Amino acid sequence: MLIIAERINASRKTIAQAIAAGDRAFIQAEAKAQAEAGAHYIDVNAGTFVGEEAEKLRWIVEAVQEVTELPLSIDSPDPAVIRAVMPLAKKAPMINSITLERSRIEGILPLVLEYKSRIIALCQAEHEMAETAEAKVALAGQLVEKLTSAGVPLGDIHIDPLVYPLSTNPKSAQATLEAIGGIMRRFPGVHTVCGLTNVSYGLPARKLINRAFLAAAIAQGLDSAIIDPTDRQLYAMMKAVTMVVGKDDYCMDYICAFREGRVE
Amino acid sequence: MTKELNPDVRAYVEVLLNNDVVKAISMMQADIDRGITAQEVVSKGLISAITVIGEKFQNSEIYVPEMMIAARAMSKTLAHFKEKLVGEGEAKTLGKVVIGTVQGDLHDIGKNLVTMILRGQGFEVEDLGVSVGTAKFVQAVKEKQPDILAMSALLTTTMIEMKNTIDTLKAEGLRNRVKVIVGGAPVTPAFAEQIGADGNAYDAPGAAKLCKKLLP
Repeated sequence: MLIIAERINASRKTIAQAIAAGDRAFIQAEAKAQAEAGAHYIDVNAGTFVGEEAEKLRWIVEAVQEVTELPLSIDSPDPAVIRAVMPLAKKAPMINSITLERSRIEGILPLVLEYKSRIIALCQAEHEMAETAEAKVALAGQLVEKLTSAGVPLGDIHIDPLVYPLSTNPKSAQATLEAIGGIMRRFPGVHTVCGLTNVSYGLPARKLINRAFLAAAIAQGLDSAIIDPTDRQLYAMMKAVTMVVGKDDYCMDYICAFREGRVE
Repeated sequence: MTKELNPDVRAYVEVLLNNDVVKAISMMQADIDRGITAQEVVSKGLISAITVIGEKFQNSEIYVPEMMIAARAMSKTLAHFKEKLVGEGEAKTLGKVVIGTVQGDLHDIGKNLVTMILRGQGFEVEDLGVSVGTAKFVQAVKEKQPDILAMSALLTTTMIEMKNTIDTLKAEGLRNRVKVIVGGAPVTPAFAEQIGADGNAYDAPGAAKLCKKLLP
Protein backbone atom coordinates (compact mmCIF):
# COMPACT_ATOMS: atom_id res chain seq x y z
CA MET A 1 0.00 0.00 0.00
CA LEU A 2 1.52 3.27 -1.12
CA ILE A 3 0.96 5.98 1.47
CA ILE A 4 0.77 9.60 0.40
CA ALA A 5 0.82 11.67 3.58
CA GLU A 6 -1.76 14.41 3.49
CA ARG A 7 -1.21 16.70 6.46
CA ILE A 8 0.83 19.50 4.87
CA ASN A 9 -2.16 21.11 3.21
CA ALA A 10 -2.97 24.81 3.51
CA SER A 11 -6.65 24.05 3.93
CA ARG A 12 -5.76 22.82 7.44
CA LYS A 13 -5.92 25.75 9.82
CA THR A 14 -2.67 25.06 11.72
CA ILE A 15 -0.76 24.52 8.48
CA ALA A 16 -2.13 27.75 6.96
CA GLN A 17 -1.08 29.64 10.07
CA ALA A 18 2.41 28.11 9.95
CA ILE A 19 2.81 28.99 6.27
CA ALA A 20 1.60 32.55 6.81
CA ALA A 21 3.95 32.99 9.78
CA GLY A 22 6.90 31.42 7.96
CA ASP A 23 7.09 28.82 10.74
CA ARG A 24 9.57 26.43 9.16
CA ALA A 25 9.92 24.32 12.30
CA PHE A 26 6.21 23.55 12.40
CA ILE A 27 6.09 22.35 8.79
CA GLN A 28 9.27 20.33 9.30
CA ALA A 29 7.82 18.68 12.40
CA GLU A 30 4.78 17.65 10.38
CA ALA A 31 6.98 16.24 7.62
CA LYS A 32 9.10 14.26 10.08
CA ALA A 33 6.11 12.89 11.97
CA GLN A 34 4.51 11.66 8.75
CA ALA A 35 7.79 10.15 7.52
CA GLU A 36 8.25 8.33 10.81
CA ALA A 37 4.67 7.10 10.66
CA GLY A 38 5.39 5.25 7.44
CA ALA A 39 4.64 7.67 4.59
CA HIS A 40 6.04 6.97 1.12
CA TYR A 41 5.32 10.40 -0.36
CA ILE A 42 4.75 13.71 1.42
CA ASP A 43 1.94 15.69 -0.20
CA VAL A 44 2.38 19.46 -0.14
CA ASN A 45 -0.35 21.98 -0.91
CA ALA A 46 -0.56 25.77 -0.60
CA GLY A 47 -3.80 26.15 -2.54
CA THR A 48 -5.55 28.60 -0.25
CA PHE A 49 -2.83 31.23 -0.70
CA VAL A 50 -4.40 32.71 -3.80
CA GLY A 51 -1.90 34.80 -5.75
CA GLU A 52 1.04 33.53 -3.69
CA GLU A 53 0.64 29.80 -4.17
CA ALA A 54 3.89 29.17 -6.07
CA GLU A 55 5.96 31.19 -3.63
CA LYS A 56 4.45 29.47 -0.59
CA LEU A 57 4.73 26.03 -2.12
CA ARG A 58 8.39 26.61 -2.94
CA TRP A 59 9.00 27.56 0.67
CA ILE A 60 7.24 24.39 1.88
CA VAL A 61 9.19 22.17 -0.52
CA GLU A 62 12.50 23.61 0.65
CA ALA A 63 11.57 23.24 4.31
CA VAL A 64 10.35 19.67 3.95
CA GLN A 65 13.34 18.49 1.94
CA GLU A 66 15.66 19.72 4.68
CA VAL A 67 14.32 17.10 7.06
CA THR A 68 13.30 14.11 4.97
CA GLU A 69 14.56 12.16 1.97
CA LEU A 70 11.07 11.06 1.00
CA PRO A 71 9.79 12.13 -2.43
CA LEU A 72 7.03 14.73 -2.54
CA SER A 73 3.57 14.82 -4.03
CA ILE A 74 3.09 18.27 -5.58
CA ASP A 75 -0.55 19.12 -4.94
CA SER A 76 -2.04 21.93 -7.03
CA PRO A 77 -4.61 22.29 -9.82
CA ASP A 78 -2.54 25.10 -11.37
CA PRO A 79 0.01 23.97 -13.97
CA ALA A 80 2.00 27.20 -13.51
CA VAL A 81 2.44 26.49 -9.83
CA ILE A 82 3.52 22.90 -10.46
CA ARG A 83 5.98 24.05 -13.11
CA ALA A 84 7.46 26.59 -10.70
CA VAL A 85 8.06 23.98 -8.01
CA MET A 86 9.09 20.83 -9.91
CA PRO A 87 12.75 21.82 -10.45
CA LEU A 88 13.23 22.09 -6.68
CA ALA A 89 12.24 18.51 -5.99
CA LYS A 90 15.31 16.43 -5.11
CA LYS A 91 13.64 13.09 -5.84
CA ALA A 92 11.19 12.47 -8.69
CA PRO A 93 7.93 13.85 -7.29
CA MET A 94 4.40 12.71 -7.86
CA ILE A 95 2.05 15.24 -9.43
CA ASN A 96 -1.34 15.60 -7.76
CA SER A 97 -3.30 15.85 -10.04
CA ILE A 98 -4.55 15.79 -13.62
CA THR A 99 -8.08 15.43 -15.01
CA LEU A 100 -9.55 15.11 -18.49
CA GLU A 101 -10.23 18.87 -18.54
CA ARG A 102 -8.42 20.36 -21.51
CA SER A 103 -6.56 23.04 -19.55
CA ARG A 104 -5.23 20.45 -17.09
CA ILE A 105 -4.13 18.04 -19.86
CA GLU A 106 -2.43 20.81 -21.80
CA GLY A 107 -0.76 22.25 -18.73
CA ILE A 108 0.20 19.17 -16.77
CA LEU A 109 0.80 16.29 -19.18
CA PRO A 110 3.98 17.92 -20.54
CA LEU A 111 5.32 18.16 -16.96
CA VAL A 112 4.56 14.49 -16.30
CA LEU A 113 6.51 13.52 -19.41
CA GLU A 114 9.36 15.95 -18.80
CA TYR A 115 9.95 14.90 -15.20
CA LYS A 116 8.88 11.25 -15.67
CA SER A 117 6.81 11.64 -12.55
CA ARG A 118 4.01 9.54 -11.18
CA ILE A 119 0.65 11.13 -11.75
CA ILE A 120 -2.61 11.08 -9.82
CA ALA A 121 -5.40 11.18 -12.40
CA LEU A 122 -8.89 12.19 -11.27
CA CYS A 123 -12.02 10.75 -12.87
CA GLN A 124 -13.37 14.12 -13.85
CA ALA A 125 -14.08 15.54 -17.30
CA GLU A 126 -14.89 19.00 -18.61
CA HIS A 127 -18.49 19.24 -17.46
CA GLU A 128 -18.93 15.99 -15.69
CA MET A 129 -18.61 14.79 -12.17
CA ALA A 130 -18.98 11.04 -12.57
CA GLU A 131 -21.37 9.71 -9.93
CA THR A 132 -21.91 6.11 -10.97
CA ALA A 133 -19.33 3.31 -11.05
CA GLU A 134 -19.81 2.93 -14.81
CA ALA A 135 -19.17 6.61 -15.43
CA LYS A 136 -16.04 6.56 -13.25
CA VAL A 137 -14.62 3.49 -14.98
CA ALA A 138 -15.32 5.05 -18.39
CA LEU A 139 -13.42 8.19 -17.41
CA ALA A 140 -10.59 6.04 -16.03
CA GLY A 141 -10.39 4.36 -19.43
CA GLN A 142 -10.11 7.73 -21.14
CA LEU A 143 -7.41 8.83 -18.72
CA VAL A 144 -5.40 5.64 -19.25
CA GLU A 145 -5.71 6.01 -23.03
CA LYS A 146 -4.77 9.70 -23.02
CA LEU A 147 -1.78 9.30 -20.71
CA THR A 148 -0.32 6.05 -22.04
CA SER A 149 -0.66 7.09 -25.67
CA ALA A 150 1.34 10.20 -24.79
CA GLY A 151 4.08 7.99 -23.34
CA VAL A 152 3.29 7.79 -19.61
CA PRO A 153 4.00 4.26 -18.29
CA LEU A 154 0.85 2.55 -16.99
CA GLY A 155 2.59 1.85 -13.68
CA ASP A 156 3.11 5.58 -13.10
CA ILE A 157 -0.62 6.27 -13.19
CA HIS A 158 -2.71 6.41 -10.02
CA ILE A 159 -6.38 6.73 -10.90
CA ASP A 160 -8.57 8.47 -8.33
CA PRO A 161 -12.24 7.63 -8.97
CA LEU A 162 -13.26 10.37 -6.48
CA VAL A 163 -15.72 9.85 -3.67
CA TYR A 164 -18.57 12.19 -2.76
CA PRO A 165 -20.15 12.69 0.64
CA LEU A 166 -22.43 9.97 1.93
CA SER A 167 -24.48 12.63 3.68
CA THR A 168 -25.90 13.90 0.41
CA ASN A 169 -25.91 10.59 -1.45
CA PRO A 170 -25.79 7.39 0.61
CA LYS A 171 -24.85 5.42 -2.51
CA SER A 172 -21.83 7.53 -3.38
CA ALA A 173 -19.18 5.44 -1.63
CA GLN A 174 -20.49 2.23 -3.17
CA ALA A 175 -20.10 3.76 -6.64
CA THR A 176 -16.46 4.56 -5.88
CA LEU A 177 -15.80 1.12 -4.39
CA GLU A 178 -17.21 -0.63 -7.45
CA ALA A 179 -15.20 1.68 -9.68
CA ILE A 180 -11.97 0.77 -7.87
CA GLY A 181 -12.65 -2.91 -8.44
CA GLY A 182 -13.60 -2.30 -12.07
CA ILE A 183 -10.51 -0.21 -12.78
CA MET A 184 -8.09 -2.68 -11.19
CA ARG A 185 -9.61 -5.53 -13.20
CA ARG A 186 -9.82 -3.73 -16.50
CA PHE A 187 -6.38 -2.09 -16.54
CA PRO A 188 -3.95 -4.52 -14.88
CA GLY A 189 -0.80 -2.67 -13.89
CA VAL A 190 -2.50 0.67 -13.19
CA HIS A 191 -2.80 1.95 -9.64
CA THR A 192 -5.80 3.36 -7.85
CA VAL A 193 -5.72 6.01 -5.16
CA CYS A 194 -8.24 7.78 -3.02
CA GLY A 195 -8.50 10.54 -0.45
CA LEU A 196 -10.72 9.75 2.48
CA THR A 197 -12.13 12.93 3.94
CA ASN A 198 -14.92 13.70 1.44
CA VAL A 199 -16.83 10.53 2.17
CA SER A 200 -17.64 11.48 5.76
CA TYR A 201 -18.44 15.17 5.23
CA GLY A 202 -21.58 16.19 7.11
CA LEU A 203 -21.75 13.11 9.35
CA PRO A 204 -20.64 12.50 12.92
CA ALA A 205 -17.65 10.38 13.99
CA ARG A 206 -15.89 11.07 10.68
CA LYS A 207 -12.72 9.11 11.45
CA LEU A 208 -14.71 5.94 11.90
CA ILE A 209 -16.42 6.42 8.54
CA ASN A 210 -13.09 7.16 6.84
CA ARG A 211 -11.61 3.95 8.31
CA ALA A 212 -14.59 1.90 7.13
CA PHE A 213 -14.27 3.37 3.66
CA LEU A 214 -10.54 2.68 3.49
CA ALA A 215 -11.07 -0.92 4.55
CA ALA A 216 -13.76 -1.44 1.92
CA ALA A 217 -11.61 0.22 -0.73
CA ILE A 218 -8.59 -1.97 0.06
CA ALA A 219 -10.85 -4.99 -0.24
CA GLN A 220 -11.71 -3.79 -3.76
CA GLY A 221 -8.02 -3.55 -4.64
CA LEU A 222 -7.09 0.06 -3.79
CA ASP A 223 -3.30 0.14 -3.68
CA SER A 224 -2.48 3.73 -2.73
CA ALA A 225 -4.12 6.24 -0.43
CA ILE A 226 -3.89 9.88 0.53
CA ILE A 227 -4.14 9.69 4.29
CA ASP A 228 -2.81 10.93 7.60
CA PRO A 229 -0.37 8.16 8.51
CA THR A 230 -0.06 9.60 12.03
CA ASP A 231 -3.67 8.58 12.61
CA ARG A 232 -2.82 5.39 14.47
CA GLN A 233 -6.22 3.76 14.21
CA LEU A 234 -6.36 4.40 10.48
CA TYR A 235 -2.85 3.05 9.94
CA ALA A 236 -3.60 -0.04 12.01
CA MET A 237 -6.82 -0.68 10.08
CA MET A 238 -4.90 -0.37 6.82
CA LYS A 239 -2.35 -2.98 7.92
CA ALA A 240 -5.02 -5.34 9.20
CA VAL A 241 -7.23 -5.12 6.11
CA THR A 242 -4.28 -5.55 3.74
CA MET A 243 -3.51 -8.78 5.54
CA VAL A 244 -7.15 -9.86 5.70
CA VAL A 245 -7.51 -9.59 1.92
CA GLY A 246 -4.49 -11.78 1.41
CA LYS A 247 -1.92 -9.19 0.38
CA ASP A 248 0.53 -9.73 3.24
CA ASP A 249 2.87 -12.69 2.77
CA TYR A 250 3.18 -14.70 5.98
CA CYS A 251 1.33 -11.81 7.63
CA MET A 252 4.83 -10.41 8.16
CA ASP A 253 4.01 -6.80 7.44
CA TYR A 254 1.30 -6.90 10.07
CA ILE A 255 3.51 -8.69 12.58
CA CYS A 256 6.31 -6.16 12.03
CA ALA A 257 3.89 -3.28 12.39
CA PHE A 258 2.68 -4.80 15.64
CA ARG A 259 6.21 -5.13 16.98
CA GLU A 260 6.84 -1.48 16.03
CA GLY A 261 3.88 -0.55 18.14
CA ARG A 262 1.89 0.65 15.15
CA VAL A 263 -0.99 -1.75 15.57
CA GLU A 264 -3.36 -1.76 18.50
CA MET B 1 -61.23 34.75 22.08
CA THR B 2 -58.37 36.74 23.49
CA LYS B 3 -55.64 34.10 23.37
CA GLU B 4 -53.78 34.20 20.06
CA LEU B 5 -53.67 30.90 18.22
CA ASN B 6 -50.22 29.83 17.22
CA PRO B 7 -48.79 26.81 15.49
CA ASP B 8 -46.69 24.60 17.74
CA VAL B 9 -43.19 25.10 16.36
CA ARG B 10 -41.64 22.26 18.35
CA ALA B 11 -44.23 19.84 17.02
CA TYR B 12 -43.47 20.96 13.45
CA VAL B 13 -39.74 20.51 14.06
CA GLU B 14 -40.37 16.94 15.14
CA VAL B 15 -42.59 15.93 12.22
CA LEU B 16 -40.25 17.46 9.69
CA LEU B 17 -37.20 15.71 11.13
CA ASN B 18 -39.21 12.46 11.16
CA ASN B 19 -40.15 12.99 7.51
CA ASP B 20 -43.77 12.51 8.60
CA VAL B 21 -45.39 14.41 5.76
CA VAL B 22 -48.80 12.87 6.48
CA LYS B 23 -48.70 14.18 10.03
CA ALA B 24 -47.35 17.57 8.96
CA ILE B 25 -50.25 17.96 6.55
CA SER B 26 -52.83 16.98 9.17
CA MET B 27 -51.24 19.33 11.73
CA MET B 28 -51.33 22.16 9.22
CA GLN B 29 -54.95 21.38 8.36
CA ALA B 30 -55.84 21.32 12.05
CA ASP B 31 -54.24 24.74 12.52
CA ILE B 32 -56.15 26.08 9.52
CA ASP B 33 -59.38 24.65 10.92
CA ARG B 34 -58.73 26.43 14.21
CA GLY B 35 -58.74 29.72 12.33
CA ILE B 36 -55.10 30.43 11.49
CA THR B 37 -54.49 31.38 7.86
CA ALA B 38 -52.43 28.99 5.76
CA GLN B 39 -49.83 31.74 5.19
CA GLU B 40 -49.44 32.18 8.92
CA VAL B 41 -49.10 28.46 9.57
CA VAL B 42 -46.40 28.38 6.92
CA SER B 43 -44.51 31.32 8.31
CA LYS B 44 -45.02 30.77 12.06
CA GLY B 45 -45.06 27.00 11.91
CA LEU B 46 -43.07 25.51 9.05
CA ILE B 47 -40.58 28.30 8.39
CA SER B 48 -39.93 28.77 12.09
CA ALA B 49 -39.39 25.03 12.36
CA ILE B 50 -36.86 25.04 9.49
CA THR B 51 -35.05 27.95 11.16
CA VAL B 52 -34.83 25.97 14.41
CA ILE B 53 -33.58 22.98 12.44
CA GLY B 54 -30.93 25.16 10.80
CA GLU B 55 -29.74 26.23 14.23
CA LYS B 56 -29.60 22.61 15.41
CA PHE B 57 -27.41 21.88 12.39
CA GLN B 58 -25.09 24.75 13.18
CA ASN B 59 -24.83 23.40 16.76
CA SER B 60 -24.00 19.94 15.40
CA GLU B 61 -27.11 18.47 17.01
CA ILE B 62 -28.30 17.22 13.67
CA TYR B 63 -26.45 16.40 10.46
CA VAL B 64 -26.67 17.18 6.75
CA PRO B 65 -28.92 14.26 5.81
CA GLU B 66 -31.41 15.22 8.54
CA MET B 67 -31.51 18.80 7.35
CA MET B 68 -32.18 17.56 3.82
CA ILE B 69 -34.96 15.26 5.03
CA ALA B 70 -36.65 18.12 6.87
CA ALA B 71 -36.38 20.51 3.93
CA ARG B 72 -37.87 17.92 1.57
CA ALA B 73 -40.67 17.09 4.03
CA MET B 74 -41.51 20.77 4.24
CA SER B 75 -41.57 21.20 0.51
CA LYS B 76 -43.95 18.22 0.15
CA THR B 77 -46.19 19.66 2.85
CA LEU B 78 -46.25 23.03 1.11
CA ALA B 79 -47.07 21.40 -2.22
CA HIS B 80 -50.21 19.90 -0.64
CA PHE B 81 -51.47 23.34 0.34
CA LYS B 82 -50.32 25.13 -2.83
CA GLU B 83 -53.81 26.05 -4.06
CA LYS B 84 -54.94 27.24 -0.65
CA LEU B 85 -51.85 29.42 -0.30
CA VAL B 86 -52.23 30.88 -3.76
CA GLY B 87 -55.97 31.40 -3.11
CA GLU B 88 -55.25 33.40 0.02
CA GLY B 89 -53.55 36.02 -2.00
CA GLU B 90 -50.18 36.65 -3.50
CA ALA B 91 -47.90 34.04 -2.05
CA LYS B 92 -45.63 36.09 0.09
CA THR B 93 -42.02 35.42 -0.54
CA LEU B 94 -39.38 36.93 1.64
CA GLY B 95 -37.33 37.85 -1.39
CA LYS B 96 -35.88 36.61 -4.63
CA VAL B 97 -32.47 34.97 -4.82
CA VAL B 98 -30.49 33.89 -7.86
CA ILE B 99 -27.86 31.29 -7.03
CA GLY B 100 -25.19 29.34 -8.88
CA THR B 101 -21.76 27.74 -8.71
CA VAL B 102 -19.14 29.77 -10.57
CA GLN B 103 -17.58 29.09 -13.96
CA GLY B 104 -15.35 26.06 -14.14
CA ASP B 105 -16.64 24.65 -10.85
CA LEU B 106 -18.98 21.67 -10.78
CA HIS B 107 -19.50 21.39 -7.03
CA ASP B 108 -23.11 21.81 -6.03
CA ILE B 109 -23.84 20.16 -2.70
CA GLY B 110 -23.43 23.36 -0.69
CA LYS B 111 -25.35 25.39 -3.24
CA ASN B 112 -28.18 22.85 -3.21
CA LEU B 113 -28.37 22.93 0.59
CA VAL B 114 -28.51 26.73 0.54
CA THR B 115 -31.26 26.62 -2.10
CA MET B 116 -33.25 24.12 -0.06
CA ILE B 117 -32.97 26.06 3.18
CA LEU B 118 -33.74 29.40 1.50
CA ARG B 119 -36.86 27.99 -0.15
CA GLY B 120 -37.80 26.39 3.16
CA GLN B 121 -37.55 29.78 4.77
CA GLY B 122 -39.79 31.46 2.23
CA PHE B 123 -37.40 32.79 -0.40
CA GLU B 124 -38.01 32.39 -4.09
CA VAL B 125 -34.83 30.86 -5.47
CA GLU B 126 -33.71 30.56 -9.07
CA ASP B 127 -30.90 28.01 -9.24
CA LEU B 128 -28.72 28.51 -12.32
CA GLY B 129 -26.78 25.31 -11.69
CA VAL B 130 -23.04 24.76 -11.90
CA SER B 131 -20.20 26.26 -13.94
CA VAL B 132 -22.19 29.45 -14.42
CA GLY B 133 -20.26 32.09 -16.35
CA THR B 134 -20.19 35.78 -15.44
CA ALA B 135 -22.35 36.65 -18.45
CA LYS B 136 -25.06 34.27 -17.29
CA PHE B 137 -25.05 35.66 -13.73
CA VAL B 138 -25.24 39.23 -15.02
CA GLN B 139 -28.04 38.34 -17.44
CA ALA B 140 -29.98 36.76 -14.59
CA VAL B 141 -29.59 39.91 -12.48
CA LYS B 142 -30.93 41.99 -15.39
CA GLU B 143 -33.85 39.72 -16.25
CA LYS B 144 -34.98 38.30 -12.91
CA GLN B 145 -34.17 41.37 -10.81
CA PRO B 146 -33.41 39.39 -7.69
CA ASP B 147 -32.82 40.92 -4.29
CA ILE B 148 -29.77 38.76 -3.80
CA LEU B 149 -27.18 37.12 -6.06
CA ALA B 150 -25.50 34.17 -4.35
CA MET B 151 -22.35 32.58 -5.74
CA SER B 152 -20.69 29.38 -4.61
CA ALA B 153 -17.20 28.00 -5.29
CA LEU B 154 -15.34 25.06 -3.88
CA LEU B 155 -12.01 25.54 -5.61
CA THR B 156 -9.45 28.24 -4.90
CA THR B 157 -8.85 28.39 -8.65
CA THR B 158 -12.47 29.22 -9.46
CA MET B 159 -13.35 31.60 -6.63
CA ILE B 160 -11.70 34.39 -8.59
CA GLU B 161 -14.72 34.24 -10.92
CA MET B 162 -16.73 35.81 -8.13
CA LYS B 163 -14.64 38.96 -8.46
CA ASN B 164 -15.15 38.94 -12.23
CA THR B 165 -18.90 38.83 -11.80
CA ILE B 166 -18.95 41.64 -9.25
CA ASP B 167 -16.69 43.77 -11.44
CA THR B 168 -18.94 43.15 -14.45
CA LEU B 169 -22.03 44.16 -12.46
CA LYS B 170 -20.25 47.40 -11.55
CA ALA B 171 -19.18 48.03 -15.14
CA GLU B 172 -22.76 47.61 -16.35
CA GLY B 173 -24.18 49.86 -13.65
CA LEU B 174 -26.02 46.98 -12.00
CA ARG B 175 -24.06 46.63 -8.78
CA ASN B 176 -26.42 48.74 -6.70
CA ARG B 177 -29.49 46.81 -7.83
CA VAL B 178 -28.59 43.61 -6.03
CA LYS B 179 -26.89 42.33 -2.89
CA VAL B 180 -24.12 39.86 -3.65
CA ILE B 181 -23.21 37.06 -1.25
CA VAL B 182 -20.52 34.45 -1.65
CA GLY B 183 -19.78 31.11 -0.07
CA GLY B 184 -18.02 27.78 -0.31
CA ALA B 185 -15.17 26.10 1.53
CA PRO B 186 -12.26 28.34 0.38
CA VAL B 187 -14.29 31.57 0.57
CA THR B 188 -13.42 33.60 3.66
CA PRO B 189 -14.98 36.80 5.03
CA ALA B 190 -11.70 38.51 4.10
CA PHE B 191 -11.98 37.36 0.50
CA ALA B 192 -15.61 38.43 0.36
CA GLU B 193 -14.67 41.88 1.55
CA GLN B 194 -11.70 42.06 -0.81
CA ILE B 195 -13.84 41.44 -3.86
CA GLY B 196 -16.61 43.80 -2.80
CA ALA B 197 -19.30 41.28 -1.87
CA ASP B 198 -22.03 42.23 0.60
CA GLY B 199 -21.51 39.19 2.74
CA ASN B 200 -20.29 35.65 3.20
CA ALA B 201 -21.71 32.73 5.15
CA TYR B 202 -20.12 29.53 6.32
CA ASP B 203 -23.06 27.16 5.84
CA ALA B 204 -26.62 26.95 4.53
CA PRO B 205 -28.41 28.16 7.68
CA GLY B 206 -25.84 30.97 7.87
CA ALA B 207 -26.66 31.92 4.30
CA ALA B 208 -30.36 32.08 5.15
CA LYS B 209 -29.68 34.36 8.14
CA LEU B 210 -27.49 36.56 5.94
CA CYS B 211 -30.16 36.82 3.25
CA LYS B 212 -32.77 37.90 5.80
CA LYS B 213 -30.34 40.47 7.18
CA LEU B 214 -29.65 41.91 3.74
CA LEU B 215 -33.26 42.36 2.70
CA PRO B 216 -34.48 45.96 2.55
